Amino acid sequence: MSGNMNLTLKVWRQKNAKESGRFETYAAKGVSPDMSFLEMLDVVNEDLTKAAKDPIAFDHDCREGICGSCSMYINGRAHGPVKGVTACQLHMRSFADGETIIIEPWRAAAFPVIRDLIVDRQAFDKIQQAGGFVSVNTGSTPDANSIPVSKVNADEAFNSAACIGCGACVAACKNSSAMLFLSAKVSQYALLPQGRVEAKKRVMDMLKVHDDAGFGACTNTEACEAECPKGISVTNIARLNREYAAAMLVGE
Amino acid sequence: MKLDSKIPSGPLSEKWDNHKFKCKLVNPSNKRKYDVIIVGTGLAGASAAASLAELGYNVKTFCFQDSPRRAHSIAAQGGINAAKNYRNDGDSVYRLFYDTVKGGDYRAREANVHRLAQVSVNIIDQCVAQGVPFAREYGGLLDNRSFGGAQVSRTFYAKGQTGQQLLLGAYSAMNRMIGEGKIQSYTRHEMLEVVMVDGQARGIIARDLVTGEIERHSAHAVVLATGGYGNVFYLTTYARGSNATAIWRAHKKGAYFGNPCFTQIHPTCIPVSGDHQSKLTLMSESLRNDGRIWVPKQKGDTRKPVDIPESERDYYLERRYPSFGNLVPRDIASRAAKDICDNGYGVGNTGLAVYLDFSDVIKRTGEKAVEAKYGNLFDMYKQITGENPYKTPMMIYPAVHYTMGGLWVDYNLMTTIPGLYACGEANFSDHGANRLGASALMQGLADGYFVLPYTIGDYLSDVERTPIANDSPEFMDAEQKVKDRLQKLLNIKGKKTVHEFHRELGLLMWNHCGMGRTAEGLNAGIENIKKLRTDFWENLLVPGIEQELNQNLEKAGRVADFLELGELMMVDALNRNESCGGHFREEYQTPENEALRDDEGYAYVAAWEYKGDNQPHELHKEDLVFESVKLTQRSYK
Repeated sequence: MSGNMNLTLKVWRQKNAKESGRFETYAAKGVSPDMSFLEMLDVVNEDLTKAAKDPIAFDHDCREGICGSCSMYINGRAHGPVKGVTACQLHMRSFADGETIIIEPWRAAAFPVIRDLIVDRQAFDKIQQAGGFVSVNTGSTPDANSIPVSKVNADEAFNSAACIGCGACVAACKNSSAMLFLSAKVSQYALLPQGRVEAKKRVMDMLKVHDDAGFGACTNTEACEAECPKGISVTNIARLNREYAAAMLVGE
Repeated sequence: MKLDSKIPSGPLSEKWDNHKFKCKLVNPSNKRKYDVIIVGTGLAGASAAASLAELGYNVKTFCFQDSPRRAHSIAAQGGINAAKNYRNDGDSVYRLFYDTVKGGDYRAREANVHRLAQVSVNIIDQCVAQGVPFAREYGGLLDNRSFGGAQVSRTFYAKGQTGQQLLLGAYSAMNRMIGEGKIQSYTRHEMLEVVMVDGQARGIIARDLVTGEIERHSAHAVVLATGGYGNVFYLTTYARGSNATAIWRAHKKGAYFGNPCFTQIHPTCIPVSGDHQSKLTLMSESLRNDGRIWVPKQKGDTRKPVDIPESERDYYLERRYPSFGNLVPRDIASRAAKDICDNGYGVGNTGLAVYLDFSDVIKRTGEKAVEAKYGNLFDMYKQITGENPYKTPMMIYPAVHYTMGGLWVDYNLMTTIPGLYACGEANFSDHGANRLGASALMQGLADGYFVLPYTIGDYLSDVERTPIANDSPEFMDAEQKVKDRLQKLLNIKGKKTVHEFHRELGLLMWNHCGMGRTAEGLNAGIENIKKLRTDFWENLLVPGIEQELNQNLEKAGRVADFLELGELMMVDALNRNESCGGHFREEYQTPENEALRDDEGYAYVAAWEYKGDNQPHELHKEDLVFESVKLTQRSYK
């Protein structure tokens, strides 16, 4: 191995959704500070595999902070100690030699554990299926520049759309609310003329699926914003509330 | 079988319109009687799924990720090309077509590329209507930038995450159709076999990656939109899960493989830092618009880059290619970086890096303006390397990024298996021997939104509307073969992990079939990969069982396929006795060390037919006929 850090890992192991889980302790030796957190886990997993033991299962794919697959709680924080990065972009130079690191899956009723650090986030897809779109068929669209959008709104919509759907907001919330995720999607469309047409129906439909999926209510603690790796702002939740109030008052 | 590319007759600019008119239609009330399977949910797969479902077909989508939104299209940073000519700077459909054919070093089909350029304008309209938040100007209209290999500003973008925004647009269209019950989305599922009935593709065998269960899914047509196969090189900018299994299994069932050796090495990636590394991170090509690439003029200069005076820096791209400078196409920029490092001018601990310097643009426009354009890329660089690119130049080096090769398809995007389609990066596509920047997103969405919906209807109109049974002997047999193969992988019980094999394969491919290739190196590589494959089937260790979530088992199947595909890539590279685009055979270069094509001998698509395990592939040639573009030595000087 290529480094000189030695760490102790306490990792949540759970065979499947039905069996109960427990923490197991592993030694991670010879870790390089240049490794990403997931590369450090790769090393531990290679050792486990060679000993014909089950490696630690975790979701990961792009390893550059954009696909939103990685979903682990590191030392009591979603995606670990560094603000604004996902676990795959967290590097071991953010930890001290000799440290003990606790690694858990997202904990939320709406995100049941599938195995070890992997959780089921299909509830996010279901929220989007309820209204996270503009109802436009392929081909029936006017020239792109026929719909001007103010730069301020376009930039704001982009900031909301930057959500990667990882679920850190839910994991960080004491109520396991997905309000930051949901409000970011609602805001993106509410800020654009293309999305305004269906705005009322959208917010009502998406909120219903959110609540039915078992996500909790928002009580304005703002832990979601603090832990979001993409810096999605809680002002999205304020906009969601305005959209919801307008939909309730005016209706369709 | 004789290859028929089905390129329509008539003038280039009218081919697609005429062809669309000639495509047979399926009555709206009959569309719901047809099932279509789409494997892969990136830009090509998601856009195809949404569009076909909107038309009324029953669509099933499959992806190995936990959500369609996570396909690796999401990681594309820079932008998407379209011939809108919003800048009034001389762009046109013909110019985008011309640039793409030239950029591909004249190894792409004219008719396909022209169609791509034509529909590019519709893509932008579609995405804007979906609410994709492209960058805009203060007047409220769309912003553009120029991109590697082009002298006009035709690239639309959404900061450094255009791929994510376009994919979320296609995913939202998919979601609407899922909500309406027209798409059934299977996530955490991996396709392991194409099922053929009476010589036609009629379904797939898939594994539920959570339970390990093997499932049979039937349909009237199957679309593979599973992306590229660059992960054969191990260290790449691809996602870790990106794999060739779907297209390789289809290949072994009779789909020819087109130009497998055409791989793209992207010039601006963060260099390798150690042997623990699991992937390489791309820094968007858009950085070359404002960043200047240089190395010290003196070999082994260990001074900090900021301490090296202007007069002692070699801005080698600007020196060698004065008219395009830092914006030369990717293959040329990559090879130039390799040359300069091979000659001892590289920087950093390994000597395998060059500087990408932003001090000029920061001086000219201020740090704030640079941050607005590239902020997230600079942050990413800082997070990975621990260095601040606002204060010191970035270090970059080329890395494997894209595969221009893929399943051979005709003009309708159908493979040599009737009823089996390939779109996006999974097909051998429209990029010839080198893809221009911001053209991958364009092609994925063109195929899915605007090509397949027409051509698949033409095929289905002649197919019986009765449902396809999924318990016929063909399905049962395919299922059993998949199960046997999984058991075989588990039962080797050797000593080496699948990651060790993958890493070894990657190094072998990089050394023998990377940026510079020779007949000698390729011949040795072919021998070595055969040995490695034998070793794999004797010494692989996969813990766990089949009926559970088993990430080692998933990966073992993918690496087994890479071990076969890698050999075909080298066979293809050895066959192509010329240099073109990203395929650089060191024996064939101009006096200025540029790629030297042989248009007499090699202006063809190499389509390889599988003839059985450990049997040599058979080569079929599709001659490329250029009616509009004159073949010349590419010059970017």
